[in-house]
Amino acid sequence: MSKRDPDLLLQSAPLLKQGLSVPTAMRDVLLALMPALFAGFWFFGLSAILVVAATILGAMATEWLFTPKQERAVALGDGSALLTGLLLGMTLPPALPLWMAWLGGVVAIGLGKTIWGGLGNNLFNPAIVGRAFLLGTFPIAMTTWHVAAGPDSFFQLHPSTLALPFMQSPPMDGMSAATPLGLMKFEQIDSPIFSLMFGNSSGSLGETSGVLLMVGGLYLLLRRALEWRIPLAIFISAGLFTLLLETIDPARFPGIHFTIFSGGMMLGAIYMATDPVTSPVTPKGAWIFGCGIGVLVVLIRNFGGLPEGILYAILLMNAATPLINRYTQPRVFGRSRS
Amino acid sequence: MGLLSSFKRSFSHGVHPAHYKGQTENLAIQRVPFGNRYVMPLGQHIGAPAIAVVNKGQHVGRGELIAKPGGFISTALHSPVTGTVTEISPQRTLDGSFKPTIVIEADPFSAQRVETTPPASWEELSIEEFIETVQQAGIVGMGGAAFPSHVKYSIPDGAHIDDLLVNGAECEPFLTNDHRLMVERPETVIQGTEILRQKLGAKRANIGIERNKPEAIRALEKVLEKSPSLPITLSPLEVKYPQGAEKMLIQSVYRKEVPAGQLPRDIGVAVNNVGTVVAIADLFATGAPLIERVVTVSGPGIDQPANLMVPLGTPVRDLLSFCGGLNDKTREIIMGGPMMGFPITSLDVPILKGSSGILAFTEEETARPHEYPCIRCGRCLEACPYFLNPSRLALLSRNRRYEETMDYHVMDCVECGACSFACPSNIPIAQLIRTAKDNLRQNPVEEAA
Repeated sequence: MSKRDPDLLLQSAPLLKQGLSVPTAMRDVLLALMPALFAGFWFFGLSAILVVAATILGAMATEWLFTPKQERAVALGDGSALLTGLLLGMTLPPALPLWMAWLGGVVAIGLGKTIWGGLGNNLFNPAIVGRAFLLGTFPIAMTTWHVAAGPDSFFQLHPSTLALPFMQSPPMDGMSAATPLGLMKFEQIDSPIFSLMFGNSSGSLGETSGVLLMVGGLYLLLRRALEWRIPLAIFISAGLFTLLLETIDPARFPGIHFTIFSGGMMLGAIYMATDPVTSPVTPKGAWIFGCGIGVLVVLIRNFGGLPEGILYAILLMNAATPLINRYTQPRVFGRSRS
Repeated sequence: MGLLSSFKRSFSHGVHPAHYKGQTENLAIQRVPFGNRYVMPLGQHIGAPAIAVVNKGQHVGRGELIAKPGGFISTALHSPVTGTVTEISPQRTLDGSFKPTIVIEADPFSAQRVETTPPASWEELSIEEFIETVQQAGIVGMGGAAFPSHVKYSIPDGAHIDDLLVNGAECEPFLTNDHRLMVERPETVIQGTEILRQKLGAKRANIGIERNKPEAIRALEKVLEKSPSLPITLSPLEVKYPQGAEKMLIQSVYRKEVPAGQLPRDIGVAVNNVGTVVAIADLFATGAPLIERVVTVSGPGIDQPANLMVPLGTPVRDLLSFCGGLNDKTREIIMGGPMMGFPITSLDVPILKGSSGILAFTEEETARPHEYPCIRCGRCLEACPYFLNPSRLALLSRNRRYEETMDYHVMDCVECGACSFACPSNIPIAQLIRTAKDNLRQNPVEEAA
């Protein structure tokens, strides 16, 4: 061989990769959320679009600010901040003042992720941290709901959307309406199953369309990007618990369809509880984690002071995740369980 | 999951890399022409290196003994060519270190005939004589680890082998050397299996083959149909990596777990690679010691991939030039498979007894993708056939907390690389675990019971 030998690399095996990366995983989730997101836009109009834009902006700006300059392109490019902002936005009331939504995005990344050490190190789901902050700080604005008006009033901005920071909220407009959860909690009124399933009811802008959220979940399942055990465990445990309560007192407690399709159940179970960072790594842990959430949701909704419980149910189980991981280590091949 | 894999006849967990076997699976094994320089390191496997019994300048015949076993866990070496010993000196080995080596210059005018006398009929040999014969023939496990075969055949008192398992899984992508042996020499595979089965006193034998080798399965089936009395069964297996790992294969075929820290023989099983079985059959048919082996030369950096019968000691350089040389894109050469093989430091390193493949890779496969933080997705846990927690082990290793990796059974890891393959964050998990294991071997700590 007259030619000089190539300078050989010594990259250690394996040289083959599955071809799945963090950005593709994030992109899959983003894609899966699109149908429900656009349904939310359709039902709640321009205000909803602006709210989502504000949370995403808040989240991305915070990520940018707290990331060292040379890592910014990668950190923003992996899509995790975008996903946090989007998820947060989808849990908010459509007419939330934009500055609040933006602040929620800032807190979600700042307190939910960055101070823990960035991607992969946070204990709590960042989007839920953002929402918990908003709910604690602006309880009235966060519980002022509007009817799903549909495309007729698409360009009609709610007056509260453009409220200035720290000014008194403008008076309620005539479009406000109770959510199905509120109706159930305070007046024991059931809502029609159809509007629960397709999102034609008042509520958070991205949470109302259970069916479309499920379609996205199906896509993730096909892409093998979903820890299916978690939502399944949530639905099963919440369903069984609801069934038990319903048999005890059918007048007071709602049925299974209501538990599964109302509020943030679908979004929380499929997209938030399954956040890999804040959920257990072991399959058995995933079952425990999901069952815990299911039971807590029903407990909080029916016996707590709040109409919605998925938020705190997930946060509580997030806190239990390290413990669950520790006690659900699989049995090592060829060894007895230690 | 356990239920599903019992239907599919496989072990639990594992990964599914693309096979990349198409380039070479239909290419018949060709013999490479003899070159001039043959490099035979005295240590080719775990255990003691062999001891040279030839001197510089001595003429040796092809197949002649050039080094005798240096202990029980050691095998003999034989000259791969007729020629002259030109050097007994340290030469570069694949990891870059220099080890004592016999260098032989081939005689260009020799006919390169192997002059050997067949040993006594295998049926008449006692098990001790059989073991001695195998050791003197230099036969080792041909699957990659090159563990001396005769050691496996030495069954301690009280233990006995019920099942002989022949490993034809060949789960590493790209490699087709075992596949070609099964397709081209099915009679020899069966003959070797039967010899081993009888000598080890096993009641039955199984040949485990992944289903992506239908041609091999058909070829062996045909031979078995002709002699239906042989207690040899074929076990087609799910195509999954690492199906060919000894303990995984046992689980797939027999649904039995070999306890950690024990050997297959402790549960009555002996596992041998297809290549080893063929070497045994050849030894008792012609008396030929292990002086050549089948090597798959493939990978995107090779223009003319091939399955080659290669004399041991052939420098990788000669093999590559026979295959049309490296193309310009080649950045790395792996000896073995792409999942568990070793990168070689120089084209001068020789083919060893355990070299199943020479694979050339380009920029595309060797570029190190950006490493993201671990997002705790659990994919490595679902990949690990040993049910370890690779992400945890990698984190501990990166923080140099090597002792703590013992609590997570780091030494049970067989370094199959399924975790690294599956990791979406591109964390070099297998490499980090290797680091931890190396450190623990150098500074042993007592394992907590």
